[in-house]
Amino acid sequence: MTNFFASRKGIVSVGLVIGGLAALLQYLGNPGNMGICVACFERDIAGAVGLHRAGVVQYMRPEIIGFVLGSLAAALMGRDFRPRAGSAPIVRFVLGVFAMIGALVFLGCPWRAILRLAGGDLNALYGIAGLIVGIGIGTLFFRQGYNLGRAQKTYSSVGLIMPLIMAGFLALLFIYPQVADAAKSGVLFYSLKGPGAMHAPLFISLGVGLLVGIIAQRSRFCTMGAFRDLILFKQVHLLSGVIALLAAAFAVNLIFGQFHMGFEGQPVAHTQSLWNFMGMVLAGLCFALAGGCPGRQLFMAGEGDGDAAVFVLGMIVGAGFSHNFGLASSPKGVGPHGIAAVFIGLAICLFIGFTMRKKAA
Amino acid sequence: MSEVVDARGLSCPQPVLDTLAKITAMGSGELEVLVDTEASKENVARAAQGKGWKVESITEEGGEFRLKLLGD
Repeated sequence: MTNFFASRKGIVSVGLVIGGLAALLQYLGNPGNMGICVACFERDIAGAVGLHRAGVVQYMRPEIIGFVLGSLAAALMGRDFRPRAGSAPIVRFVLGVFAMIGALVFLGCPWRAILRLAGGDLNALYGIAGLIVGIGIGTLFFRQGYNLGRAQKTYSSVGLIMPLIMAGFLALLFIYPQVADAAKSGVLFYSLKGPGAMHAPLFISLGVGLLVGIIAQRSRFCTMGAFRDLILFKQVHLLSGVIALLAAAFAVNLIFGQFHMGFEGQPVAHTQSLWNFMGMVLAGLCFALAGGCPGRQLFMAGEGDGDAAVFVLGMIVGAGFSHNFGLASSPKGVGPHGIAAVFIGLAICLFIGFTMRKKAA
Repeated sequence: MSEVVDARGLSCPQPVLDTLAKITAMGSGELEVLVDTEASKENVARAAQGKGWKVESITEEGGEFRLKLLGD
């Protein structure tokens, strides 16, 4: 059976659905220009389980849970669940940590960079430029023979660990639901103000997450791959999906009056252009070296890739570091140690990129 | 005897990079590519077709794919 989602029409349809639903989620309560942000939402999950105590960004985001479980369902239905692991997991973990740190200096993953632009936030242009430069640096390493080595086929249980973690998170969300005006419910932390307190109704968020997980797994939707394939192979297949996402979010934002163009006063964003750019240089390089954008890492984790799961855990821990050590930005600007962390992250990426190259045969 | 690229276990974009490098080196002929994920199978087929090569056949054995590519 041919996979419709792997066709050009398929990837464009997926981009349209993701962009449209993301803008709709904003209308239904998610933070501005953050209908779906993988980095921000994993950061909120890190807060929900108390890995950081930044009171404004704590919520067990059902979208992320839906991504992984939807991807698992799609992979099982499509006979595409392939448990695998063992390709430099510690490196993937560290890349996940610094991907999150870079994304939180900018304040968004590649998905949110596109959504911010679709909402009229021109600061996103610096982020997207940084993302492309970071991915471009990654492609130079690929041309030099960089790769993380082979994964091995493994037990089904290895591939099921991340979906089980997400199912556990979902169970916690049901066992300890948000209580009005309470910052904690059982073991879960809940924001009372700030972006963490803004969310669409639980079942709508979960439903959108599951749907996106299913179609993104089938289509291999990847925002990092979109730019990487253009630079490396001059292929526009994945890019057409990302452009569709931008167009759909832009159209839905216009319909709901959510489009406000400018640099100043944009929701959950700052105007320090250089650090919007540099944060995403770091994040883009990490995504490139790890082989997928944060959304794609979640979908691969759902289809059995234990190494992608390690990257996801790296991002969640990275969110903890970001908020515990003053690395994350806020609407006021970069955190006190954010700039130092970007340089450390870039140095580590260069170390990984230069040293993990197969010698020419 | 056709040339073979074994891209099993390699993550994106390595299977495509290895396939394109081989296609460039060969110019024409018959090339077999081994991959172990649906995504790699689709990406390699798309990349080969982008270079004007034909995907002659795709067979699956034990959860792995063998793509036979032809270039003239």
